[in-house]
Amino acid sequence: MPTKNIYLNELESESIYVLREVAAQFERSALLFSGGKDSIVLSYLARKAFAPAKIPFPLMHIDTGHNFPETLTYRDEWMKKIDARLVIRYVQDSIDKGRVKEEKGYNASRNLLQTVTLLDAIEELKLDACLGGARRDEEKARAKERFFSHRDEFGQWNPKNQRPELWDLFNGKKNMGEHFRVFPLSNWTELDIWQYIKQENIPLPNLYFTHPREVIERNGQLLAKSDYLNMKEGEQSKKMQVRFRTIGDMTCTGAVLSNASSIDEIVAEVATSRVTERGTRADDKRSETAMEDRKKVGYF
Amino acid sequence: MTQDKPSTPQRSLLRFLTAGSVDDGKSTLIGRLLYDTKSIFEDQYEAIKQSTEQRGEQGVNLALLTDGLKAEREQGITIDVAYRYFSTPQRKFIIADTPGHIQYTRNMVTGASSANLAIILIDARHGITEQTCRHSLIASLIGIKHVVVCINKMDLVGFKKEVFEKIRSDYEQFSSKLQIVDVQFIPISALAGDNVVDKSANMPWYGGSTLLYLLENIHVAGDENLIDCRFPVQYVIRPQTDKHHDYRGYAGKVAGGIFKKGDAVMALPSGVISKIRSIETADEKLEEAEPGMSVTILLEDDIDISRGDMLVRENNQTTVGRDIDMMICWLNEKKLVIGGKYAIKHTTHDARCVIKEIQYKININTLHRIEDDKNIGLNDIGRITIHTTHPLFYDNYRKNRHTGSLILIDEATNETVGAGMII
Repeated sequence: MPTKNIYLNELESESIYVLREVAAQFERSALLFSGGKDSIVLSYLARKAFAPAKIPFPLMHIDTGHNFPETLTYRDEWMKKIDARLVIRYVQDSIDKGRVKEEKGYNASRNLLQTVTLLDAIEELKLDACLGGARRDEEKARAKERFFSHRDEFGQWNPKNQRPELWDLFNGKKNMGEHFRVFPLSNWTELDIWQYIKQENIPLPNLYFTHPREVIERNGQLLAKSDYLNMKEGEQSKKMQVRFRTIGDMTCTGAVLSNASSIDEIVAEVATSRVTERGTRADDKRSETAMEDRKKVGYF
Repeated sequence: MTQDKPSTPQRSLLRFLTAGSVDDGKSTLIGRLLYDTKSIFEDQYEAIKQSTEQRGEQGVNLALLTDGLKAEREQGITIDVAYRYFSTPQRKFIIADTPGHIQYTRNMVTGASSANLAIILIDARHGITEQTCRHSLIASLIGIKHVVVCINKMDLVGFKKEVFEKIRSDYEQFSSKLQIVDVQFIPISALAGDNVVDKSANMPWYGGSTLLYLLENIHVAGDENLIDCRFPVQYVIRPQTDKHHDYRGYAGKVAGGIFKKGDAVMALPSGVISKIRSIETADEKLEEAEPGMSVTILLEDDIDISRGDMLVRENNQTTVGRDIDMMICWLNEKKLVIGGKYAIKHTTHDARCVIKEIQYKININTLHRIEDDKNIGLNDIGRITIHTTHPLFYDNYRKNRHTGSLILIDEATNETVGAGMII
């Protein structure tokens, strides 16, 4: 067995502690699963936290319908591998029911719409806690998040009135209709995630590794060509050797030029990267406080 | 992060707190640490470069890296602690960055509760201020064992040794009254980088290490209590499958001492004694488990243990009681009420309590007891006695931070209102 980084053990121990705290303090929780590396690591840790028993809560995928097909293939295999129960709720259903309206135009994305689908699912399934793979190093609005983040009866986050979090005593008390978002990976950085994936040899969707792909260059971003992306006049796709640093919707996840074909090469690339991973996300570029605004209304 | 080579040897984790106001150069110091360890990304660097230019300033203002806080202040958002991360080949660091103004106590106590070390900044031109004393007292009270006093802005006092020595002896005189085990002093200029990451050429008289070197090498592993065995049961794992039919594992994080396979243990509150059959993680069976490790313990005997119970040794038990004295730091606008009832979280145990007595409040500038004013409001610290609905198993906070700490929760709003350190 290779030598472990001591600090990765500490992070793992902390996350497992938080996962067990959720199972103990809440009655109906779910782990939000997107198929991205953070939710993969989170579900992997959940498997560890309760072994040899099954994960005592379902994983929930809010399916925008604009996924990379590779994500869905991976998702279904992963669920079998970690012996987890999957619940899926579709943004398309929210659109069909008239709960949300599809965005139009070149930058149209279902990223914002999924908040409504998520909040509807929380209400329908009477969830009192949703586990997410967000990290504090990702984005400035996330740097202020607690491990246990309280949401009011409208699913809103109130950054002005967060509960102080001391020692490892997590206060999950709430009134009827309110819920919590819980982030066990709060103290991990992007590089920690990759080092851990390497250490534990966790399989990933092949989107994370280099592959040739038709991409469209828009506002300094490389977006994958797909049926969901509305092309501007004069825009042309080009085949490039790319990989993805984060995985979200096809409409707003940018690729990076890369030849990294193994976890080792990715770790080396991330370790020397000079741009943050959210730099590849069009959804964060809408405005300076795009993430904070979305979080307040109940985004992931 | 170019220093962060993937094939590094074992790296540990250090959690530290920075105390000081913006005027002391705290933001600049954090910016400097992040910048000089190459933890700042190009897009972040470009953003602060542009902000610097917009403000009509020259160069790149590293303080703007923590500018998230300022913008928030303008929007009226109170943020008590922001966490920042950087790493070097030696260690990963988690900084609890607490804005050092009005709500200082609540902020600092929150940030300090998970920290091993505190950096206290002093402006070389002003020397020790009321704020320095306050920050040091809080660090001492919350049980931080290592304090690094950074005497900043040495460039503005001509890098003079006498200035540094004077502040150091003043601080030593004051801190001898505190319970901080390890205090170190470094003369720095956060703005220019002197003695932060690189050794200063301007202060040849200083023979000590740079701040980063100290942070990378300081020994904190001994801060945990390795003697008194404490294992609060967090969750009971019962797979109830054919393969693991009789499996009953007690999951939790070791809060003190070293548990070994084969050890005789006692379960509190029942007092029943058994033996450790196995200590497990999902990956392997362990011979022993130390503080901080999340593990699952299986016992030889089938006894009734659930969340909130604690495994200890028969000849080394916790105190068990319902009338408990503690120092309390108040975190809420609504004042602490004598006779008031609150919910409690202590280790993995939930209880309720009533406030029986407020003995005194502390003047956090002088540490003097105020016996005639017993109003404990936001940011106040005082000594109280509570009476709980059922017995807690606890230790003195000085002996064990995990079993000696608790939080009080307002039962109407569910807000966390008090942080208690058991005496």
